[in-house]
Amino acid sequence: MKTTESRTARAAGKASASLSSSLSSSLSSSAASPLSPREGAAVELRNVVKYYASQRALNGVNLSMAPGEFIALLGPSGCGKTTVLRALSGLESVSEGRIEIDGHDVVNTPVNKRDIGMVFQAYSLFPHMTVTQNVEFGLRMRKVDAAGRRRRASEALDMVGLGAFGDRYAHQLSGGQQQRVALARALVTRPRVLLLDEPLSALDAKVRVQLRDEIRRIQTDLGITTLFVTHDQEEALAVADRVAVMREGNIEQIGTPEDLYTRPATSFVATFIGLSNTLDAELVGSEVQVLNAALPLLGTGPADGAVTAYIRPEDVSFASTGIPATVVASSFLGSLRRTQVRLDSGELLFVQHDVQLRPESGERVHVQLLGRPVAVDARA
Amino acid sequence: MSASSVSAAEVRAPRLAASRPGSAQKTPRYAAAPSRLTRWIILGVTGVLFIIPILAMIEFSLRVGQTGTYGFEHYAAIFTAGQAGTYDVLFQGILNSIGICIVTVAIVLVLLLPTMILVELKYPKLRGALEFICIIPITIPSIVLVVGFIPVYSVVARIFGSNAWTLAFAVGIIVLPYAYRPIAANLAAVEVVTLSEAARSLGASWGHVLWRVILPNLRSGILSACFITIAVVLGEYTIASFLSQNTFQTALVLVQHTDPYVAVIFAVFALVFAFILLLVIGRLGSLGRNRRAA
Repeated sequence: MKTTESRTARAAGKASASLSSSLSSSLSSSAASPLSPREGAAVELRNVVKYYASQRALNGVNLSMAPGEFIALLGPSGCGKTTVLRALSGLESVSEGRIEIDGHDVVNTPVNKRDIGMVFQAYSLFPHMTVTQNVEFGLRMRKVDAAGRRRRASEALDMVGLGAFGDRYAHQLSGGQQQRVALARALVTRPRVLLLDEPLSALDAKVRVQLRDEIRRIQTDLGITTLFVTHDQEEALAVADRVAVMREGNIEQIGTPEDLYTRPATSFVATFIGLSNTLDAELVGSEVQVLNAALPLLGTGPADGAVTAYIRPEDVSFASTGIPATVVASSFLGSLRRTQVRLDSGELLFVQHDVQLRPESGERVHVQLLGRPVAVDARA
Repeated sequence: MSASSVSAAEVRAPRLAASRPGSAQKTPRYAAAPSRLTRWIILGVTGVLFIIPILAMIEFSLRVGQTGTYGFEHYAAIFTAGQAGTYDVLFQGILNSIGICIVTVAIVLVLLLPTMILVELKYPKLRGALEFICIIPITIPSIVLVVGFIPVYSVVARIFGSNAWTLAFAVGIIVLPYAYRPIAANLAAVEVVTLSEAARSLGASWGHVLWRVILPNLRSGILSACFITIAVVLGEYTIASFLSQNTFQTALVLVQHTDPYVAVIFAVFALVFAFILLLVIGRLGSLGRNRRAA
């Protein structure tokens, strides 16, 4: 399995070819199959700032992507994740900072010269063209001959499982099929960077999961550096090598999905990624005193004193003795169950437990904190 | 379950479906939708109001003098008298109107269309202002516009001469509301921004985006705008008359004084032509809808 570190090392060791040569190789590679793996590009965003009138949308964003890496930009609406993606694509200019693809600043390179593939949130197939013509469009712009276009479009459509749909128009396809065609269209030119702007958000849940996994499979096969924008944390955690959590124009934390979940750097990440119980606590040295328990501190904390502790539902369990509580509600989540209890001291707490255990609303129970490290934040 | 009970259920099922509101057999009628009878009455009354003057014109054009008989003498006379040069002013008016049509359509395609696309893609905040400007001419009576045009045309005549086609500059303003609307409706129906961004990301230059992506998707709106422009130009009288230009409409008025039959015949032809244009526009619109229908 490829690790992030190995990818980064590969990026550092890679001789940086010029962007123009990479473009020309892409343009002239009519003989190459869109299915053949290709080295993705290293991407670097340095102190990227973007203003919309007086509104500062990006506050000096820094992001490094190793060749072939799959990074998800995750954050609430309006946090700037789509602006980052559009700045990288060239669809949006930047006010300050550098954007490098394979070591070359592309800030002043127009979008059609950046050698990127892009899939949009809205269905973006050209309605007056058939599926095949849509997929051939990028090749036509690169002056690939008709036979080459036809062959590569056919291979790209086979890759997304729509080889038999070449003669159809966009309105004859489902939403999921349209996004598959859009993916094939973006990949057929063998771009060095693939940008996905919430491509699954318009799809129903089942199709979304299928297409999500398919995107990951294809990306792994082709080795294209990919930036995936989403507001769905499950989606981000499931497919990305690394996830960058954004908030108010800043990248709050970037790391592997496991890192973000188990070692959130800020209270925002702790509450945004997964579910956390927020409890008043006291920090004494490296010990967090909460609900009469002393838990180890996760990472570094603020100064000693009153803090807010973020405890995952799976770090709380039912016990025969412990903190007395009353069951408020219980939800079946498939492979597990999550129950909300109200402590006698008034706090509400989520407990994640085995699906076999079925607490009834109003039932008296006892809960206890498992002694796992806990993230804290200075109390406002 | 017995065989008889199964077949009874099968027989009953379609009848239940038919009686359910919203089933395939009966289209539900909503409060705002008129009944079929009301629709036919409206269509019938409107049709009669339209058809009576046209039929009267046709009947008039077929009369032979005061004898009470009918024939095609007046139609034949157009060609015989036309050869003698009797209706030269009318034919010249038609030619002038065609020239004005061509220049006006060119103004719509070269000025209005690119402006609308540019506003949609780059300056969406100006959409309201552009719409306001384009709608203004419909609120100002032609006679008022003409008063403003007269001094302007003294300059136009110095630059371009006083050829009939220069009337297109004035008519171009008159047709703005009619040309704007179908293109705007088409732009609103197509995700122009997303499509152009997709095309750009695939390596297309702005020229390619315009030619290969945007214009094909605006085809029905553009053609509708062109046809409506032609219909408006062919029907325009006030400006041509006050600016002393010979067009189809002014020529019709002139000819009417000497030969009312021929004037009516050409008026019928013009109506039929406009009717065919509207049919073509309707057909193009439905083609566009069918293609976009999900």
